[in-house]
Amino acid sequence: MPGKLKVKIVAGRHLPVMDRASDLTDAFVEVKFGNTTFKTDVYLKSLNPQWNSEWFKFEVDDEDLQDEPLQITVLDHDTYSANDAIGKVYIDIDPLLYSEAATVISGWFPIYDTIHGIRGEINVVVKVDLFNDLNRFRQSSCGVKFFCTTSIPKCYRAVIIHGFVEELVVNEDPEYQWIDRIRTPRASNEARQRLISLMSGELQRKIGLKVLEMRGNAVVGYLQCFDLEGESGLVVRAIGTACTLDKLSSPAAFLPACNSPSKEMKEIPFNEDPNPNTHSSGPSTPLKNQTYSFSPSKSYSRQSSSSDTDLSLTPKTAPYPQGPRIYLCPSSPSLSCGSLHLKKSCLLLSESSLTPHHSSLVSPVLRKSVSFSEELFLAASGMGSGSAGKEGGPFKALLRQQTQSALEQREFPFFTLTAFPPGFLVHVGGVVSARSVKLLDRIHNPDEPETRDAWWAEIRQEIKSHAKALGCHAVVGYSESTSICEEVCILSASGTAAVLNPRFLQDGTVEGCLEQRLEENLSTRCGFCHIPYDELNMPFPAHLTYCYNCRKQKVPDVLFTTIDLPTDATVIGKGCLIQARLCRLKKKAQAEANATAISNLLPFMEYEVHTQLMNKLKLKGMNALFGLRIQITVGENMLMGLASATGVYLAALPTPGGIQIAGKTPNDGSYEQHISHMQKKINDTIAKNKELYEINPPEISEEIIGSPIPEPRQRSRLLRSQSESSDEVTELDLSHGKKDAFVLEIDDTDAMEDVHSLLTDVPPPSGFYSCNTEIMPGINNWTSEIQMFTSVRVIRLSSLNLTNQALNKNFNDLCENLLKSLYFKLRSMIPCCLCHVNFTVSLPEDELIQVTVTAVAITFDKNQALQTTKTPVEKSLQRASTDNEELLQFPLELCSDSLHSHPFPPVKEHLESASSNSGIPAAQRAVTVEKASPVGDGNFRNRSAPPCANSTVGVVKMTPLSFIPGAKITKYLGIINMFFIRETTSLREEGGVSGFLHAFIAEVFAMVRAHVAALGGNAVVSYIMKQCVFMENPNKNQAQCLINVSGDAVVFVRESDLEVVSSQQPTTNCQSSCTEGEVTT
Amino acid sequence: MTSELDIFVGNTTLIDEDVYRLWLDGYSVTDAVALRVRSGILEQTGATAAVLQSDTMDHYRTFHMLERLLHAPPKLLHQLIFQIPPSRQALLIERYYAFDEAFVREVLGKKLSKGTKKDLDDISTKTGITLKSCRRQFDNFKRVFKVVEEMRGSLVDNIQQHFLLSDRLARDYAAIVFFANNRFETGKKKLQYLSFGDFAFCAELMIQNWTLGAVDSQMDDMDMDLDKEFLQDLKELKVLVADKDLLDLHKSLVCTALRGKLGVFSEMEANFKNLSRGLVNVAAKLTHNKDVRDLFVDLVEKFVEPCRSDHWPLSDVRFFLNQYSASVHSLDGFRLECGGTIWAHCNLHLPGSSNSPASAFQVAGTTSVHHHAQQFFCIFSRYRVSPCWSGWSRTPDLR
Repeated sequence: MPGKLKVKIVAGRHLPVMDRASDLTDAFVEVKFGNTTFKTDVYLKSLNPQWNSEWFKFEVDDEDLQDEPLQITVLDHDTYSANDAIGKVYIDIDPLLYSEAATVISGWFPIYDTIHGIRGEINVVVKVDLFNDLNRFRQSSCGVKFFCTTSIPKCYRAVIIHGFVEELVVNEDPEYQWIDRIRTPRASNEARQRLISLMSGELQRKIGLKVLEMRGNAVVGYLQCFDLEGESGLVVRAIGTACTLDKLSSPAAFLPACNSPSKEMKEIPFNEDPNPNTHSSGPSTPLKNQTYSFSPSKSYSRQSSSSDTDLSLTPKTAPYPQGPRIYLCPSSPSLSCGSLHLKKSCLLLSESSLTPHHSSLVSPVLRKSVSFSEELFLAASGMGSGSAGKEGGPFKALLRQQTQSALEQREFPFFTLTAFPPGFLVHVGGVVSARSVKLLDRIHNPDEPETRDAWWAEIRQEIKSHAKALGCHAVVGYSESTSICEEVCILSASGTAAVLNPRFLQDGTVEGCLEQRLEENLSTRCGFCHIPYDELNMPFPAHLTYCYNCRKQKVPDVLFTTIDLPTDATVIGKGCLIQARLCRLKKKAQAEANATAISNLLPFMEYEVHTQLMNKLKLKGMNALFGLRIQITVGENMLMGLASATGVYLAALPTPGGIQIAGKTPNDGSYEQHISHMQKKINDTIAKNKELYEINPPEISEEIIGSPIPEPRQRSRLLRSQSESSDEVTELDLSHGKKDAFVLEIDDTDAMEDVHSLLTDVPPPSGFYSCNTEIMPGINNWTSEIQMFTSVRVIRLSSLNLTNQALNKNFNDLCENLLKSLYFKLRSMIPCCLCHVNFTVSLPEDELIQVTVTAVAITFDKNQALQTTKTPVEKSLQRASTDNEELLQFPLELCSDSLHSHPFPPVKEHLESASSNSGIPAAQRAVTVEKASPVGDGNFRNRSAPPCANSTVGVVKMTPLSFIPGAKITKYLGIINMFFIRETTSLREEGGVSGFLHAFIAEVFAMVRAHVAALGGNAVVSYIMKQCVFMENPNKNQAQCLINVSGDAVVFVRESDLEVVSSQQPTTNCQSSCTEGEVTT
Repeated sequence: MTSELDIFVGNTTLIDEDVYRLWLDGYSVTDAVALRVRSGILEQTGATAAVLQSDTMDHYRTFHMLERLLHAPPKLLHQLIFQIPPSRQALLIERYYAFDEAFVREVLGKKLSKGTKKDLDDISTKTGITLKSCRRQFDNFKRVFKVVEEMRGSLVDNIQQHFLLSDRLARDYAAIVFFANNRFETGKKKLQYLSFGDFAFCAELMIQNWTLGAVDSQMDDMDMDLDKEFLQDLKELKVLVADKDLLDLHKSLVCTALRGKLGVFSEMEANFKNLSRGLVNVAAKLTHNKDVRDLFVDLVEKFVEPCRSDHWPLSDVRFFLNQYSASVHSLDGFRLECGGTIWAHCNLHLPGSSNSPASAFQVAGTTSVHHHAQQFFCIFSRYRVSPCWSGWSRTPDLR
C-alpha cells in the first residue's frame, strides 16, 4: 500500500442556480478515486458554498495512483428526486508522484460539465504521501519525469540520452458500446473522458517502466496521441525519448559536460568503444554500384535487402495476414510519367538536388511506399569503413562504428527531440518518412494490441532502413501521426536521418573521449550540414558542393529536416514560414478499394508537396527547411496534404539557383511573351524576398567553388512532361555552382495554375515574421510579451466546383486568409514573430475542410537586432521604463487609441515606448509574476477597496515553445495532459458553431491554466493542441467537440527579477501569486 | 466556398477598443464592419474586408460572452475563462457602464420599469442612439438600482463596490438611482435646457444633505430616500413669507447688502417678495410626494423664470441667493421661531467661489435651507449659457 492520497474540498463559487424557486443551490461534492467515494455535507442555499471538509484519505497502490485520475463531482442535493450533477473536475495527480515537482495541488478549478461547459469553480487541496517501494517487480513507475518539451528541459542536464520509448494501449470506445444507446449524452461523454484519462495514465506508467528498465529517469519529447477509430476502438499511443537527466543546481550553468581531460585524448580512438567493431564489416557490404542503377527491377529485388545485415528485420515486418496489404505496383505505367522514381518504395525526402544523373530520373528525390513488403530499395547504402575513408578519414569511420554500435543495441535508434545539446548532432542526412494505409478492424483483445503494435513496428522499421540508406544510424525529430476516415487509416512517421555523437548515448564513463577530435571536426559550425553518406555511393542523386563555410567537406545544395535549427548554425538573414498545400479528389469507395485508391494517390501527393516546397523555397531565395511537417489527411472524397516548414539560408550551403520557366510551345509569340512576363515576375519575387528576409550572402570568389560557367544542360528538370533533356549523364560534377536554375515547364493550364499559386503567396505585412520552429532564425532580441492563440476555421465547399484546381485554390485561400487574419488581429504587437505556427487539417465531413492553427506571437525589439545580451545598464533602464508604464497603465491604455488608428507604421522609431504602448503588449506586461502591480486599477478602486477586488486570478502564460522569452524557467512541475469533450443540443442558442467552439476553446485554456496554477506554476511551455475534433449537426441543433491538449507546467521567473532576488527562493514569488486566488472568499 | 466556422481564441483575451465601442453602441456586425472600413483601417493595415469581417465577428462573440460577466463586474475579476489584464478589465467595465447623456436625460427620474423599457424605441428614434445601446444602458441603470436599492451605507460606495466603477461614474450612477427612486420630474419642456450634469450635481448635494444618511452617517441608513423629518421642518420656513414684518425685514436686509452690487437691483427689489414667496413655498410643499417629484419644475417656474424674464445675470443671482440666505441669520424673529438651528451654520460658500463644493458642505455642516438656495442657484445659473458656467460647474471630479 504505497500511497495515501488526501483530498480536501474547501469551497465553491459562482455555482449555477439549480433551484429555480429560490435562485440558489444546495451543493455537495463527491470525491472519487478508484472505487472509493467520499461525500461532503450539503451546503444549503448558496451559490458560494463553504464546505471546508475534512481530509478525505484514499489508501491506494502506486499503480492506481498513476493510472487513475481523481474525480470530483459537484451535485445539487434534491430531496425528492435524483440529485442533479453540476459538473466535474478531473485532477491528474501524477505531478505529485515525483519528488522534484509539485508537492501539493491546491487552487480553484473550473467545474466542467460536458453539456453546459464551465459552471462555477471549486477550491480543492490534494496531497500524496508516498512510501518508497523498492520491489523490483513493481508495475508502477513513480518518479519518472515526463516532459512534452522536445529538447533537454532548461534546468536539467542530459547525462545520457537513452533513446526511443513507445507504447500503446487499446480499448473499446464507450461511444460505440451498446450501453450508449440507453445512457444520456452526458454519461457517455463522461465515460469517454474518464476512460481516456485512465488510459493515458496507464500508458504513462508503462512508458515509465520501460524507462526504468533502460535505467533512465525521464522521458523528454513525450508525445501522446489518441486515435478515435470509431467502431474498432480507441487507441492511445505515445512515443518519447528516454533520458537520464541531472538537475542543474544553479540554473545559470547549463554547460555540456565536455571537459575531457587532455590525457584521455591520447587514448583515442580505441578505448571508448564498448562493443568493438562487431558490426563494422556488416554495413560495408559494397553494393554501392547498385545504388545507382535505378532500374525498377533491381531496386525491388529482395536480395539486395538481405545483404543489409544491420537492418535486423524482425519477423514482424513480414507481410501481415490480418492487415490489408496494399502494394504499390512497381511497374504501374501510370506512375512513370516523368518520374520513374516514384515507384521506389521508400521515401527519401531529403536534401534533394534535382540534378539529372540519369535520363529517366528527373526529380531524384521522391520515393514513397505504402507498404512494407518492398522496403528497401537502398539496401546497400554502403556507409561502411571502406567508403568512409574517402572524406573523413579513419576517424570518421571509427566514429561511425562506435555510434552505430551504441545505437544498434536499440531496436529503433529514434529520438523525438528536435533540439539538442551542443555537439550532439554530427551530421544530418535529410528527412525520412514513411506512410502506410491500413484498414481498421475491430480490436478483439484489448490487452494484446498486437495489430496496432505491428503496424507501427513496420513503419518504424521502414524509417530505420531509410535512415540507413542515407548513411545515418539514427533518426532525430521523430514523430508519428495518423489520419482516420471511416475504416481507413493512414499511419505516418517522419524524422530526420542523422549521425549522432556517441557521447550522449553511452554511459558517463566514456564521456568526452572523442571530444577533442570531434571538436576539430565540428567546431566549424557547419558540420551538421555535411553529408553523412558517401558521395560515390549516394542513395539518390544529389548535387554536392564543397561546404561554403569550411571548404573541406561536401554539402548538398538543399537540406530538409524535421528538427529545429541548431543553435550554432550560421544563418544569413531571417527565416520564414513555407507551406505547401495540396488537395486531391478521390472517388468514394469502400474498404479495400478505398485503401488502394488512397495508396495510389499518396506518392503523387508526396511528390507534389515536395515540389511545391522546393519551388517556394527557391522563390524565397533560401536553401534549407527546418521543422518540416507533412500532414496528409484523408477524407471521404479527397486527400489533403499540408506541409509546413521554416525556410532559412544556411551559410554553409550553396546559393540556390533561380527558377526558370520554359514553355512547351516555343514558337508561339504571344505565349513566349507571356512566359517571359512570368519569368520576370518570378525573378522580381525572388529579389524582393531576398531583400525582405535580408538574405545577402557574402560574395564568394568563384575559383573556390569551381567553374563558374553555367551549363544549361545541367539544369534540373522538374515537373510534368517527359523530360526531353535526356542528354548527358555526367558524373556528378561540381562545376556548375550556384548558377543552377530550377526549370518549371509550362505545358498546360495546370502548370500555369501552379506557377500562379507560387506567386500568390503574400508575404506577411511588414513587422511580422512567421516560422514553425521554436524560434525565428535571425531574430534573437525577444521582448517578453507573448500571446498564444488557437484559431479554427471550417469552410464548406460548394459541391459544384469540385475539381482538383478549384479545391487547391480553396484550400490555399483558406490558409492564406487565416494567416492574414492572424496578422491583422495581432497588429498591435508589431514588430513580432509568429513562432511555432502549427497547422492541422482535418476533413470532418464530405465538403468541409477544417484548419486549426496554434501559435505564439512574440514581440521583439527591432532596434537591437544583433544584440544577444543587453548590458546591465540598458536592462535597468528598461526596467525603469517598464515600471513607469505600469504606473501609467490606464493613461497609456487610453492613449493607445491614437496608436490604434495607425497600427501599421512601417518603421517604429522608438524602441521601448513605441512597441509597448500599443494595446495588448502594455497590458500584458503588467501581468507578470509580480502580480501586475495593481496600480492600474487602483485608480478606480481606491475608495472602495472591497476585500475581493484586489486579489485577481493569477496569470498563467501559455506557449507552444519550450521557453519563455525574457524569463528563466526554474522548475518543471509535471506534465499537463487533458482531454475534454463538449456537446450541445442547443447549438443556435450558444451562438452557432463559432460561438460553441469559441467558448469551448476558451474553457479548455481556462482549465489548463487552473491546473497549472493549482500546481503552483505560472506558465505552460511546449503547449500543444493535439486534437480538435469537431462534429456538427445543424439540423438537429447539435454539435460535439473533442479536444486534447498537453504541455509542461513550469515556474518561471523574469530575468529582471532574477537579478534582484537572486538569493531568494525563486519559487516563492510565484507561489504567492498563485495562492492568492485561494485567499479570496 | 463558404465559411462555416471561424474563431480565434487567445490565451490573453484580445480586446479591440474600437470594436468594443462599436459593440456597445449597438451596431450590428455588418454596420460595424462598414464603419471600420470607413475609418480607413483597411488602407493602414492592408487587410481585406473579409479579414475585417472575421475579426469583427470574433470580437463581437467575445464581447457577447463577456457580457454575462459584465453584469456582475466582480465576477469578471474572478472568472477563469478569460485571461484579461486588470487594466483591461477595468476598461471593459467602465465602458460597459458608461452611458449617453442624451439617453440618460430621457429616462432620468422615470421609474425603471418594464413600461419605461417599452418606450425605449421612441427614445432611440428621438436620440439617434441605437435601440440595443438604449437597452443596455437602461438595463445597467436598472441593475445598479436593484442591487443598491435595499443596501445600507453610502450610495456611491455601494455602487463602486458592487460594480467596480470609477469614482466619477459611480457618482453619476448614484444620481441616476437617486432620481429614479424619488421619481423627480425632469422631462418637462421647461426643464429641457438642463443637462444631466446639472441634475447629477443637484442629486449629489441632495444625497449629501437631504437624505437620511446625511443626518447621521453612523446610522445604517440609506442614501436613496429623502429625510422626511427634514422636509417636515422645511414647513417652518413659511414664517419667512407669512409674517409680514419678517418678510419686510428680510427684504430690507438683503437690499441693503446688495445695493449697488446688483445690476438688476431695481427688479430685485420689486420682485423680492414674489421670489421669496416662491422659494419658500416650494420648500414648504415638499411634504407631499407629488410635490417632491415636481421640485425641479416648481423651482424653474417660481424662481428661475421670473429671474430670467428680468434678465438677471448669473453673478447677480449668485449674490442675491447668497445674501438671501445669509440675511436670515440676523432675523430675530426667525431665530426665535426656528430655534436658530436651521440657519445656525449658514455660512454659504458657493460652488463658483474659490472653494470647491465639497468644502462648502463641510463648512455647512448640519442641514439647512441654504442648500435649498444653492439648489436654486445652481439650477438657475445653468440657464444662462454664459462662458463662465462651464468654469465653475464642471469641476473636474464631477465630470
